[in-house]
Amino acid sequence: MKVSDLVEKLNLKVVSGFGGIEKEVKGVYTCDLLSWVMSHAVKGNAWITVQVHPNIIAVASLLELSCIIIPEDIEIEDVTLEKSNQEAIPVIKSSMNSYELCLKLSQIGV
Amino acid sequence: MHIYIDFHIHTALSPCGDSDMTPNNIVNMAKLKGLDAIAITDHNSCENAKSCIEAGKTAGILVIPGMEIQTREDVHALCLFRNIESAMTFQDLVYNSLPQLKNRPNVFGEQILFDCRDNVIGINDRLLLTSSNISFNEACNLVKKLNGAFIPAHIDRNSFSVIYNLGFIPDNLPIKTVEYSKYEDLKRLKDSKIIKPDYRFIKSSDAHYLWDILERESFIDVDEFTVSNIIDVL
Repeated sequence: MKVSDLVEKLNLKVVSGFGGIEKEVKGVYTCDLLSWVMSHAVKGNAWITVQVHPNIIAVASLLELSCIIIPEDIEIEDVTLEKSNQEAIPVIKSSMNSYELCLKLSQIGV
Repeated sequence: MHIYIDFHIHTALSPCGDSDMTPNNIVNMAKLKGLDAIAITDHNSCENAKSCIEAGKTAGILVIPGMEIQTREDVHALCLFRNIESAMTFQDLVYNSLPQLKNRPNVFGEQILFDCRDNVIGINDRLLLTSSNISFNEACNLVKKLNGAFIPAHIDRNSFSVIYNLGFIPDNLPIKTVEYSKYEDLKRLKDSKIIKPDYRFIKSSDAHYLWDILERESFIDVDEFTVSNIIDVL
């Protein structure tokens, strides 16, 4: 499944990093401690986090994650959005919380 | 000139700080331990800094007004200022960004305000032991605007540290100095190249009890022994 399919199926909103929406999604990872994510998430994961600091883009880029999903309509810092455009890492917003997102992602087979 | 320092000390205003952490107890213990300068860094507050500065003048030890901010990302950082006015300006910004919740002393501890003679002059009833809605980057830039020093705290610890929570120290910020707790843990970070070696590394106690305050083991070199010169170096 591609990032664009995931967005369409769950009716989510891509806010930046449109250059990466055709990336393949392989599994989901959810954690808010970036050092932990750096050592545990794997290539292709859709990553759910409440962190909106620009470092999330560096982490996603380093691990070649497919996209970042920010739950609960958290406002995202401008610098983070700029960096996501530069790195073509889609940043996706949702009103659901992390648990609800996981359930929905599981239902659509991610 | 070498000066011996401990720039991370809590008073009893921090809910987790011992009730013996009064201005005169702190400055006199620091003096006994042979320190030249300390900083008062309560969680998200500077309200006891002025009393500690005054007590420090009596005891003969330099006291820098500061705060340990908890940023939006749950990262702790020391914010040190040249004077109490700048510290209070910063405190207003932080207070406005804290959730409007009351402290629960039975869960977190009392938040006690002192005058410079250790008299209890009040209780702060805000919930201080929580995250402000100021990001790590915003906090750094705000402190720099006030001509202060912004020092990521206990970067070698697995809680409330910039490296644990944000993966690494953002390199586009004007950060010169970082604080560590244990040399072995700092060395591990340096060896694994998670942190660049070109920062100034200072050790602090993060004292919540009088006996935690450092002895003469952490130092910096300054041209003049003034708060301004110390902040310049940091």
